[in-house]
Amino acid sequence: MSGQSVVIQLNDIRRVYKVGTEQIHALDGVSLEIYENEYVAVMGHSGSGKSTLMNLLGCLDRASGGIYELDGEDTTQMSNSQLAKVRNEKIGFVFQSFELLPRFSALKNVELPLIYSRQTIWNRKELAGKALERVGLGERMTHRPNQLSGGEKQRVAVARALINNPSILLADEPTGNLDSKTSEEILALFRRLHEEGQTIIMVTHEADVSCHAKRIIRMRDGKVISDVPTEQDAVWEHRNTGAGR
Amino acid sequence: MIMLWNILFRLLRLIGQSICLALGQIWVNKTRSVLTTLGIIIGVASVVSVIAAMSGLKAKVMSDIETFGTNRIFVRPTRPDSGKYKNVSWSVIRFKPEQFEGLLEYCPSVSCFTPFDSERDNIRYRERTLERIRINGIESAWHTIESRPVIIGRAFSVIDQTQARSVCLLSQRLRDKLGMNRDCTGELVTIGYRTYRVLGVVEEKPSMSMIGGDSGNEEFEAFIPFLTMYRNSGNWSWFEVMAASNSTDVSEEAKAELNFFLRQRRHIEPGEPPTFDVMTIESEVRKFQEISAVFTMVASGIVGISLLVGGIGIMNIMLVSVSERTREIGLRKAVGAGSIAILTQFLVEAVVLCCIGGLIGLGFGQLLTMVIAHIPKVPLDKAYIPGWAVLMSLGFSAVVGIFFGLFPAVKAARLDPIEALRHE
Repeated sequence: MSGQSVVIQLNDIRRVYKVGTEQIHALDGVSLEIYENEYVAVMGHSGSGKSTLMNLLGCLDRASGGIYELDGEDTTQMSNSQLAKVRNEKIGFVFQSFELLPRFSALKNVELPLIYSRQTIWNRKELAGKALERVGLGERMTHRPNQLSGGEKQRVAVARALINNPSILLADEPTGNLDSKTSEEILALFRRLHEEGQTIIMVTHEADVSCHAKRIIRMRDGKVISDVPTEQDAVWEHRNTGAGR
Repeated sequence: MIMLWNILFRLLRLIGQSICLALGQIWVNKTRSVLTTLGIIIGVASVVSVIAAMSGLKAKVMSDIETFGTNRIFVRPTRPDSGKYKNVSWSVIRFKPEQFEGLLEYCPSVSCFTPFDSERDNIRYRERTLERIRINGIESAWHTIESRPVIIGRAFSVIDQTQARSVCLLSQRLRDKLGMNRDCTGELVTIGYRTYRVLGVVEEKPSMSMIGGDSGNEEFEAFIPFLTMYRNSGNWSWFEVMAASNSTDVSEEAKAELNFFLRQRRHIEPGEPPTFDVMTIESEVRKFQEISAVFTMVASGIVGISLLVGGIGIMNIMLVSVSERTREIGLRKAVGAGSIAILTQFLVEAVVLCCIGGLIGLGFGQLLTMVIAHIPKVPLDKAYIPGWAVLMSLGFSAVVGIFFGLFPAVKAARLDPIEALRHE
């Protein structure tokens, strides 16, 4: 935990879905803080509420109760268009299935968030080009997604997520659709970004992936059941002890 | 103020970007786009060519009227719909020649006038008889009013007219048909049971397609003094009066003078509706323009229904497009697109689609217009698409795009990003 200032502060966050007459507590009082330059993995089985937490952190969804402060600003009171602005400027998304627009070149895909920000057209290309170089795809700017390998696609998606210098990079199972070799590539990229000072939150259910993070938050039934540095987490211990035998 | 500029600038940029996106999207789905806009294409093409045909018709009629002379005035007896003359017999309503005596002194804006009557009768020259030839009863002013001078011989003199002499004039074609010499003055012809001396030959009608043309070009005409015809009918005939004003500028004055003069001569009390009708070409032209405007509106309105059908096609394909691109919409929202941006994107796409359809439709409309203009024997060679029709059809296409694009665009804008990203 090398960070100094708080980027994310969740205070007793609740998210209740209504299914018919039944109420489902997808998040049931989650409180946590994430500091600048942290590399956090959120783990849990399906239905544990980790995806709901991710959507809330990404301002794609609104909490039913509690307070979510991002960079010191309370997002729970924001209008939809303000949330869109927050998503645009402060959050970078990386999805399991990349979500690249097939008709557009890598460069155009990376430019996408800039279309909705205040950047001028002339700046966009330059910024997008730099972002692609940052993820090591400087020579593949004009390629379309179907001309790129899975790992390259995900790197384009990371470049897109980083283009507006977001406060947090949110990755939802970023290696879920990749083989182990390209997974390693992406994780190496994340590590490098982390070293460069990027705050990263990653949702995963794979222990091999989560152990790259510096802090692991485990969830079950909408509650945080453990929130410790990776060295103290069961995965780490299991893996190390397992390796030790 | 700066805020306002800022908002305006961002809006324009948003629309500009949306247009680029829309063009890309349409280009990717070329076949689908063309098929979708077919309704708009056909709609615009037909509206535009209907308007072009109407404009051509109008231009034709107007140019005919130009050659016809715009200072002409027609006076004819009518029975009013109300007042005390409502139920009187036609013999009371009809004109009598003495009612027009002194007309020129009382109507200074009228340069000349002639009573005019027409009938059909057989005409015979030597062994040759032509049946049911048009016989016109005229006075010499007729040649001036109709611009059809006597080219051989002479017109009726005052004596011919007041003495109701049995003299006649023939049209060029009738003279030829009867097998007479080119100069046929002095010859005798029989019209009905009476014999007439030919005084001269009258020039043919100028060829005119739309008006005054009861296939008139084919017709054979003979002319006798009006009074001769009137006497022959036993002083009972239903005739009209043709007059000419000094110029087109004073045609309204001439009309007013004639109204005043005839009311007095026909002893119509003030407040009674008149038992005659004074028509100037000017007012007829105005009436024709009103009618053709209404007709254009009605015709293009009916054809415009196909534009609405086209619009439904647009709505359908936009709905397909929205559901096909649900994930894209979800992604765009996730990276910061607001509802307005998504709404604009899809709305602009629909409008661009419609406008492209409109442009193609205009092209086809122009082709159709050229085809119409070249159909032989149809007097539409002046058919053209007026500028306002171009603007109107493009504007209407855009309106159709907005109207039918709104629902799909709102649907896209309202999508929940989480749901949209989960969409398969």
